[in-house]
Amino acid sequence: MTVQIPRTWDAIVIGGGHNGLVCAAYLARAGRKVLVLERRPLVGGAAVTEEVFPGFRFTVFSYVVSLLRPEIIRDLDLPAHGLNVVPLESTFNPLPDGDYLATWADPEETRRELYRHSPRDADAYVEFGRLMQRMAMAVKPILGISPPDPGSWRPKDLLAMGRLGKHFRDLGEKELHALVKLMTMSSADYLSEWFESEALKAAKSASGIIGTFLGPRSPGTAYVLLHHYMGEIDGVFRAWGFARGGTGAVSESIASAARSFGAEVRTDAAVERVLVEGDRAVGVVLGDGKELRAKTVVSGLDPRRTFLELVEPASLPEELVSAVERFRFRGSSGKVNLALSELPNFTALPGMGPHLKGAIAIAPSVDYLERAYDDAKRGEFSRRPFLDMVIPSMLDPTMAPPGKHVMSIFVQYAPYHRNGGWDDASREAFGDAVVDTLAEYAPNIRSAILHRQVITPADIEAVTGLSEGNIFGGELALSQLFFLRPSPAWSDHRTPLRGYYQCGSGTHPGGGIMGASGRLAANAVIADGTA
Amino acid sequence: MTSLGTRTTPFHSRTAPLVRGHAWRRWAGYVVPAAYDLIHDLEYAAIRGTAALIDVTPLFKYRIRGAGAAALLDRVVTRDVRRAKTGQVLYTPWCDPDGKVLDDGTVTRLGEDDFRLTSAHPNLRWLHQNAVGIDADIDDESEAVAALSLQGPAAREILGSVADRDVSKLRFFRATQARLEGIPVTLTRTGYTGDLGYEIWVGNDRAEALWDLLVAAGNPHGLLPTGLLAMDVARIEAGLLLIDVDYISARLALIETQKSSPFELNLGWTVAKEKRPFVGQRALEAERNGGSSWAFRGLVVDWDSLEALYAEVGLPPQLPSAAWRTSTPIFDGGRQVGYATSGCWSPLLKKYLALAHLGSVHAAPGTEVEIEVTIEHRRKRALATVTETPFFDPERKRA
Ligand SMILES: Cc1cc2nc3c(=O)[nH]c(=O)nc-3n(C[C@H](O)[C@H](O)[C@H](O)COP(=O)(O)OP(=O)(O)OC[C@H]3O[C@@H](n4cnc5c(N)ncnc54)[C@H](O)[C@@H]3O)c2cc1C
Repeated sequence: MTVQIPRTWDAIVIGGGHNGLVCAAYLARAGRKVLVLERRPLVGGAAVTEEVFPGFRFTVFSYVVSLLRPEIIRDLDLPAHGLNVVPLESTFNPLPDGDYLATWADPEETRRELYRHSPRDADAYVEFGRLMQRMAMAVKPILGISPPDPGSWRPKDLLAMGRLGKHFRDLGEKELHALVKLMTMSSADYLSEWFESEALKAAKSASGIIGTFLGPRSPGTAYVLLHHYMGEIDGVFRAWGFARGGTGAVSESIASAARSFGAEVRTDAAVERVLVEGDRAVGVVLGDGKELRAKTVVSGLDPRRTFLELVEPASLPEELVSAVERFRFRGSSGKVNLALSELPNFTALPGMGPHLKGAIAIAPSVDYLERAYDDAKRGEFSRRPFLDMVIPSMLDPTMAPPGKHVMSIFVQYAPYHRNGGWDDASREAFGDAVVDTLAEYAPNIRSAILHRQVITPADIEAVTGLSEGNIFGGELALSQLFFLRPSPAWSDHRTPLRGYYQCGSGTHPGGGIMGASGRLAANAVIADGTA
Repeated sequence: MTSLGTRTTPFHSRTAPLVRGHAWRRWAGYVVPAAYDLIHDLEYAAIRGTAALIDVTPLFKYRIRGAGAAALLDRVVTRDVRRAKTGQVLYTPWCDPDGKVLDDGTVTRLGEDDFRLTSAHPNLRWLHQNAVGIDADIDDESEAVAALSLQGPAAREILGSVADRDVSKLRFFRATQARLEGIPVTLTRTGYTGDLGYEIWVGNDRAEALWDLLVAAGNPHGLLPTGLLAMDVARIEAGLLLIDVDYISARLALIETQKSSPFELNLGWTVAKEKRPFVGQRALEAERNGGSSWAFRGLVVDWDSLEALYAEVGLPPQLPSAAWRTSTPIFDGGRQVGYATSGCWSPLLKKYLALAHLGSVHAAPGTEVEIEVTIEHRRKRALATVTETPFFDPERKRA
């Protein structure tokens, strides 16, 4: 009955986010004929740079890089394709009392600064950093492997579980204790065991709430802290860096690498659904009804779209469908991108200075962050939100016209499920809350704004397709990590449909510009010999 | 307040104009002279021949006072602080609960309930963590107290000419309060050179006056402001350890093998027997009885062997112009049995010296080993002999 269309593609990757591109690049490098289909006119997904206002280039969504796996940078030779990451050397947190808390590239300078706030914390900071580094070393091997299915008796899984077990047994007692604490505690409690300075606790705990619908006092947030330390241990980047050209340049470099291996990357090509025959994925149907066939289809979208939208859920095991239905997205973040006529002038540290080249955050106390979360719990955006900022034009002047600047402001909390939903009026009110907050610390900001782009979680969802605007393609909570990402038995980037794979950040190890999901999915495809 | 940058010490106004080669070294967040002159040989010669004046302000200094001060320090360090007399100084390491060295420094008993601890790394938090239930005030004096090290054979005479008391009575590792032409100081007969010498502790406000006084008094005796490069040679000759170079603090080690116990650093003598409980005691007693797998020793590189290796390429032996601190493999036959962490040519002893971690079986003095040397871009091995430290131990140091 069916007309046999010649199989032109070994693999089709749905979505040209950075993970989809990484997956495509690895498959093409292994000699597969690969096609990437991206709905938007440009690749990158949540890692894009767009000239939203003439002359002003915004890192629209994600803005800093640190988790990108070093093996991917090496394997794909990304520097040869334009990747160039400049370190963000300092952090600067202005405080309501007119003081500030900073950390600098030089450890001794950081020590002196912390000493101003608490002499004991200055000592503790170094030890804390060491312990987190040791913890990250302990957990890191997990990032490079597909998690075994703990409920499986397949020799492969048993072997992998055994190796993991040994890995944890080899950890020192102190490391093991710390790991258990990290897994179970809130970031605020965990940090209180180390530090006494409120400003320092707040600054550190902020990284435990990014991308979650949790507050600094919610259990489990301590683990997210560790997730953010992972980037630091390979010595490829020093902590967080800014990619010249914005995070879009990261995606472009991966796309360029993929093309150099022979992959085709098509934009303005939305996939409607996956073509399934029997228990096999055999291609995709485009928005315009056109069918494209491939031996393998890889979804670079989040688990909800991968399992509930691109394919017929009825064709999947019930337990998987209900696991994905329960998978929490609950987007909680927004973005405000500013085009500025001049630099923000912070009352706490006036004028131009090295602090404007680093990360800048409004996170003055744990209470402040928790209050911001309280607003979100009630279904409102935070009236005084947590802001995490960089001024990309300070690190890459080509991001703005000469003498002008762009500022990227990541904001929490902006609940996807806002009372009354999101519309133009609430978007602007949200933007105002952000600018008002910033103006308390840098009063010149209002008059410096030439243009502003406000992005709500609803906008994130509409543009990138990330469900409920969750920036990590599914909350980074302990119950949704490792072999639970996105669901037990299907955390190894395979699916119950033969020839159908998943590589978005909603899969292990997930979250952030890391590329690990894309690489592991490509490995699975190659290992199965399906493409 | 803006970005803090690096700090200068209270002597900076005096030292900076003298640093002819613009050679500074960073030390614990400060910059201090690495060498004043373009070549540091004369500064070294001053340490051993006349007198050297060295800015050692960047050391961390903690004042511990109160009824429980002795108990606190006794709980932290390996030596027996309770047995120290007023006016006594103890050199001591201190350890984590596994008996691995965290830091080393001196404890000075200034009074019955009054001590000063110096250290290379910050230890404020560690002191507080161990002070639970102890009645002691811990005061971080690091930024309030400046320090000069006056080292060399003429040090006593120079100090004697300005002191209000007879400094010749001040014995090795003793302390006293004194006035130097009216400037109140604490004098300790200590130093990091293994020579006759003193360290002089002064409030920041009198630091410049102290410098001027000592320079004026020292001039007729050949005193030279001296930088860290010269001191580094002297401390290797004296077999004195340097944290971050010769050992890694257990606090900063990323893996177990980076840590060392006092026994493994040749500091077994500092681990007091029959002492009240202190941090790491159980592990250290076990190690004392069971033995250590590592030792820390001196090495003297065999000249003939070095000369022969150079002769192979047609060169006379080339000697390092300053002390080095690159980890260097030590072999026995084909097998690596240790690594040297510091080394230098001793201008005084005319010997090529190194400090090395060696597996205990290779640690007996007199053992012949081989040290890696790079000669004209090629790695070779020169013979070396294991020796006790200090390499140089003049009588005047203690006399
Ligand atoms: C506001 C925000 C800030 C962030 N900040 C950071 C940060 O600073 N650092 C960091 O490391 N991470 C950050 N993240 C997270 C990080 O950006 C994401 O985890 C990561 O980019 C996700 O990559 P991905 O390839 O898995 O998915 P995506 O980037 O979401 O890619 C999916 C792609 O699929 C396309 N697509 C969707 N539906 C279809 C369809 N039907 N057919 C074809 N194509 C389709 C989309 O257009 C998109 O290009 C941030 C995310 C957001 C949203």
